[in-house]
Amino acid sequence: MDNRINPTVPEPAATPSSGLQTALAWLYVGVPLLWGVSQTFIKALDLFK
Amino acid sequence: MQETHLQPLPCPSSLPFTYFPPLFYYCMATSTSWLDRSRTIAGPGFNRWLIPPAALAIHLAIGQAYAFSVFKKPMGALISGDVNAPAPSDWTPGQLAVIFSIAIVLLGLSAAVFGKWLERVGPRKAMLASALCFSGGFFISALGVSIHNIWLVYFGYGFVGGIGLGIGYISPVSTLIKWFPDRPGVATGMAIMGFGGGAMIGSPLAVALMAYFKDSAPMGVAPTMLTMGAIYLVFMMFGVFTIRVPAEGWKPEGYVPNTQHSTLITAANVDADTAIKTPQFWLLWVVLVTNVTAGIGVLETASPLIQETFSDVSMGEGLGVTAAAAAGFVGLLSLFNLLGRFFWSSASDKLGRKPTYMIYFGLGIVLYALVPTLAANHSLALFVIVCCVILSMYGGGFATIPAYLRDLFGTMQVGAIHGRLLTAWSTAGILGPLIVNYLHQSQKDKGLTGAEAYQTVFYVMAGVLVVGLIANMLVKAVNEKYHYKEAAAKKVAA
Repeated sequence: MDNRINPTVPEPAATPSSGLQTALAWLYVGVPLLWGVSQTFIKALDLFK
Repeated sequence: MQETHLQPLPCPSSLPFTYFPPLFYYCMATSTSWLDRSRTIAGPGFNRWLIPPAALAIHLAIGQAYAFSVFKKPMGALISGDVNAPAPSDWTPGQLAVIFSIAIVLLGLSAAVFGKWLERVGPRKAMLASALCFSGGFFISALGVSIHNIWLVYFGYGFVGGIGLGIGYISPVSTLIKWFPDRPGVATGMAIMGFGGGAMIGSPLAVALMAYFKDSAPMGVAPTMLTMGAIYLVFMMFGVFTIRVPAEGWKPEGYVPNTQHSTLITAANVDADTAIKTPQFWLLWVVLVTNVTAGIGVLETASPLIQETFSDVSMGEGLGVTAAAAAGFVGLLSLFNLLGRFFWSSASDKLGRKPTYMIYFGLGIVLYALVPTLAANHSLALFVIVCCVILSMYGGGFATIPAYLRDLFGTMQVGAIHGRLLTAWSTAGILGPLIVNYLHQSQKDKGLTGAEAYQTVFYVMAGVLVVGLIANMLVKAVNEKYHYKEAAAKKVAA
């Protein structure tokens, strides 16, 4: 007997994610964010000139 | 006769296909597509640290909204072609200010309206809707700019884009909280930090693109908007593809729910419709509206305040704060707004949500009241430090609220409840600038100049924070009568 709430929905398949995949995902968002932060930081330095 | 059913076409998930918006709309309309919540349940072995980048892909994009002002001057000179000498038929600053106002109001409204839909359909479909609306807003606005029709820009960036902002803002929040029950503040802090960071990317990107396209269209605005719409659509798609929800009953390894940490943290759930009937919801609404209104007080006045207070006249020839340095000050405030989102929200996991807001308000009252004194004493370094701390708490207020909601109302519909609470942001977005401009103008009308003309603004904002402090002190655990009872709900449904 199928005890699942909705038997039409397939059981989630295993979705192993590698460390490389995770690192690439963080690079994808990290690089633009760091670029934006560095641009703002450079602008902010004008305050201390 | 055999009954026939229209079967939805299979929606391939290959990347090139998904960049074609009409097919996206089709996929969204079909009930068993790859966008459905059931298709986004993570299987065993999924690394939950893939979820924050997915959330950041959305928030870094929609955070561009805070950099919209970068378009104001060029858009006000589309006819004349000279930002310093607009033509009579050019759009006025007042007309252009309405675009952002519409977007921020629609952010709150759409977050409130679509919150329950998001909980039902899951984050992937909601993120896709957000990406299509946000980028679509750019495309429509580009057309509006090309034919010089402000109403089309209002509709595009303001209305359609604003809906994208609202759905996008709340779409990853409840998913993050479910993936990180052990540190919800860290998780939501990371995503909402992205919204702060979005402006830092959007502003220099727009400036660079407008410079690149300046010879091909008036001020280069229309092609810049088209390009940005396309870039953001592609960027946000990463989030759409990567997002997963945890399987029912999933917990991080070794995690034991800790409800003993605070009496405010519940193991029960409250649905969104019931949540808005609780005093806790409205107390948090007041907490958010006061924190944001006060923060806007600093953001609105930062540049003129520092220039007028620390001018050559008061500081000595050549020692005053220049316009470029003032822009640097605004940049520094943005950085602290960004860092505060992550720092304070993460700290709230250790300190507790209520004590964290007590710090925002308690320390905030002291610092706001101190600003006029520092300005009057020409203590530039202290003035800068105090404003930076204030802005860090302004950002922290945004980032800590989802975890506060989760503590009080559980995880079941925290995204929808958060969406409804964001109407406080829209309200503050209108109230804050109104109060600041009214108070500043009334002081100027009395003949006050420089730092003196801003004193009342900061004292009133300190008063606003007192209201927030009281509201936060009144927050207690949600009464059990509001808790969601599955059996009762099923009975009603039957």
